[in-house]
Amino acid sequence: MFEAVVITIATAATPLLIAAMGELVVERSGVLNLGVEGMMIMGAVTGFAVAQTTGSPWLGVFAAIAMGAAFSLLFAFLTLTLVTNQVATGLALTLLGLGLSGMIGEAFIGLPGVKMGTLYIPWLTDLPYVGRLVFGQDPIFYISILLTAGVAWFLFYTKAGLTLRAVGDNHASAHALGIKVTAIRYLAVMFGGACAGLAGAFLALVYVPQWVEGMSAGRGWIALALVVFASWRPWRVLAGAYLFGAVSIGQLHAQALGWPIPSQLLSALPYLATIAVLVLISRNRRLTMVNTPACLGQPFVPDR
Amino acid sequence: MSETRETGAVPLLEVRGLTKVFGQLRACDGIDLTIGKGEIHALLGENGAGKSTFVKMLFGSLEPASGDIFWNGSRVAIRSPAHARKLGIGMVFQHFSLFEALTAAENILLSLDDDTSIVEIAGKAHDVSKAYGLPLDPYALVGDLSVGERQRIEIIRCLLQEPQLIILDEPTSVLTPQEADKLFETLERLREEGKSILYISHRLEEVKRLCDRATVLRHGKVVAHCDPRKETAASLARMMVGSEVVTAERPPAAAGERAELLGICGLSRKPAGPFSIPLRNIWLSLKAGEVLGIAGVAGNGQGEFFEAVSGEVLQDSADVIRIRGAAVGRLDISGRRLLGAAFVPEERLGHGAAPRMKLSENLLLSRFRTDAATFLGRLGLIRTPVIAGAAQRIVAEMDVRKSADDPEAASLSGGNLQKFIIGRELDRKPAVMVVNQPTWGVDAGAAARIRQALIDLARAGSAVLVISQDLDELFEVSDAIAVMHDGQLSAPIPVAEATPERIGLLMGGADAANASHGAGHGASHDGSHGSGHGLGHSGEVA
Repeated sequence: MFEAVVITIATAATPLLIAAMGELVVERSGVLNLGVEGMMIMGAVTGFAVAQTTGSPWLGVFAAIAMGAAFSLLFAFLTLTLVTNQVATGLALTLLGLGLSGMIGEAFIGLPGVKMGTLYIPWLTDLPYVGRLVFGQDPIFYISILLTAGVAWFLFYTKAGLTLRAVGDNHASAHALGIKVTAIRYLAVMFGGACAGLAGAFLALVYVPQWVEGMSAGRGWIALALVVFASWRPWRVLAGAYLFGAVSIGQLHAQALGWPIPSQLLSALPYLATIAVLVLISRNRRLTMVNTPACLGQPFVPDR
Repeated sequence: MSETRETGAVPLLEVRGLTKVFGQLRACDGIDLTIGKGEIHALLGENGAGKSTFVKMLFGSLEPASGDIFWNGSRVAIRSPAHARKLGIGMVFQHFSLFEALTAAENILLSLDDDTSIVEIAGKAHDVSKAYGLPLDPYALVGDLSVGERQRIEIIRCLLQEPQLIILDEPTSVLTPQEADKLFETLERLREEGKSILYISHRLEEVKRLCDRATVLRHGKVVAHCDPRKETAASLARMMVGSEVVTAERPPAAAGERAELLGICGLSRKPAGPFSIPLRNIWLSLKAGEVLGIAGVAGNGQGEFFEAVSGEVLQDSADVIRIRGAAVGRLDISGRRLLGAAFVPEERLGHGAAPRMKLSENLLLSRFRTDAATFLGRLGLIRTPVIAGAAQRIVAEMDVRKSADDPEAASLSGGNLQKFIIGRELDRKPAVMVVNQPTWGVDAGAAARIRQALIDLARAGSAVLVISQDLDELFEVSDAIAVMHDGQLSAPIPVAEATPERIGLLMGGADAANASHGAGHGASHDGSHGSGHGLGHSGEVA
């Protein structure tokens, strides 16, 4: 029972974690992409369609990642090259993604999906309590953990990561030093798109191996909120994603047990709990301000 | 491609006919300049003369429209700052190109093109900082450092690249006189090592003291090449401005007992952000007819102090700030204006004026409460002709030069917009006038006019508080000067007793007791408060 619950929590948290980790890198470079939801659902429909047509979940995953990145490239071109408003463009990207995915996915409604298998290592996976949790999950779960560690290492232990943070902190100074601000932001936005696409693939290939219109169900927005409340720090995003997952699973169980609390209130609980906890751990304002990308959302036009 | 090292007559850098055009404006128009090896070359000019544009082209961050650059005798096109660094050109920026959320060592690492570890960088930075007497903690967050310390990072960062030519853009505009002296020592040391320096400034005394040759720019053109040591400050100023520079006249203040118009009693404020300065128990009393100057290096709490006095930030207790005897600590800006106070913030565009609105609209925005009867009709509707007339009156009074009848604020040059903003407040004949950086980035002619207007206002019976980083300006307009350092305000020193050295020591954070010769001088300005807070803080400083 305990193990099964924890695994469902991991399943609920993984798409949030992946999408948020991508957006964290985007925002650290100083770009605010509100199109996570749209990129995610485009990844979901692409992943489902490719996997369903070819029968290979892995092809579906790669197609979803490519679609997410390509879709974010549209955002990057509009906001970085044409310098449109990032908030408006991000919202438009979400609306476009939701609509376009519905159109593409129409032919796939009700079709049986391809579920991605889980890891099985003899003996290790059979260990009591932790076996399936640690050694028996789907591959994307492991990718999400590696992604978190990788992003944390990249941002704080590599020069490329330092450059990315510098661009997000002060793009004018970065430009004066000869750092290619726009190129770095393009790459960051596409990384964010690829992550959102992967998160979408997880939804359509692991979470519910089915295509349902609008199946991202606001997870892109939650991922965005997680990034902010985690003060742009990778391991806190992981903590936030798992907390959100835990409370949403917990409240489902509570509803099933028939607790005398209005179900609407229970449904709101994950949001409230996540915000409360992340705000509490971000109490150190100084640390938060140091980690906040100072150029977030500001347009940059190099003078030349 | 350009590393043809020749000795003798070939100058390190030669520039011929360098031109840059922004739209209609020829920011740099056919500039010629040569710099020899081991030479400190001054580039002089007023704000907007094209100095910064010129050096940005040398550093590869702007692309020239036409003209040639010769480096060590061979022609080069400098494509990017990285390319400039590779050639051996280093730059210390005026508005520092530093990242506040990163450490000093990380900031240095970012400008190096090879992959060095942060520990190596910290070690190298430490060595250079010791060799040149520029103390620095490589692991300190830049946001926590003073302006002088930040400049040290820029200089060390530049030196680590072992450049042959170092460009310094207005390096002393943010330093105390003592910090500037240290900088000059470093620069002279670099010259002895055979490095060349292009020194941009509009401060003539330091150019005379430091530089071997000078090139003077006006409106984007070279007006003279000269030896600054053979010129006088006045002759250099004439070249820069193109006409005689007038200094403001300050008639003696009226004697006798005068009423206090602005009083600050124990103003304290917690820091608003991680990089802002707290205000610590500030006392001040400003009487009718006098100009009090507040000196200080940028970022020592002047901005926070201005916000508190103007009412952008309210106080917990109303008694902390008194305007004409009324406790106004809880009143907003308009409330304080209604009592006869006027405020001019540091930032002209966006704070002092809405950039995309017309001058007349900007006039209404600041005075819709105080002049409601004139500017607004009985139904609260805007009376456009009346406001336009008032705007015209201000424009004529302050000699604001503009292109259109009622242009957008952003279309005016810095000096003309500042004249309008100051004029907008003077037009109300305020009893208390508080100005932050009245002539920052303003050309000499407009600056002289603004300073004279402030003195005239005080002599007509108002109290004027001028916050400025420009010591020359404060000595010109003030009757007394107080110094703000790390959120504390020193006791005011009458201008007759003040010297730049003494003020400079206070700006650098020296104890008030060491900098002043005895405590008696504070008596003219509420001596009890002054010495009281001085003592109360000696512990906190240490």
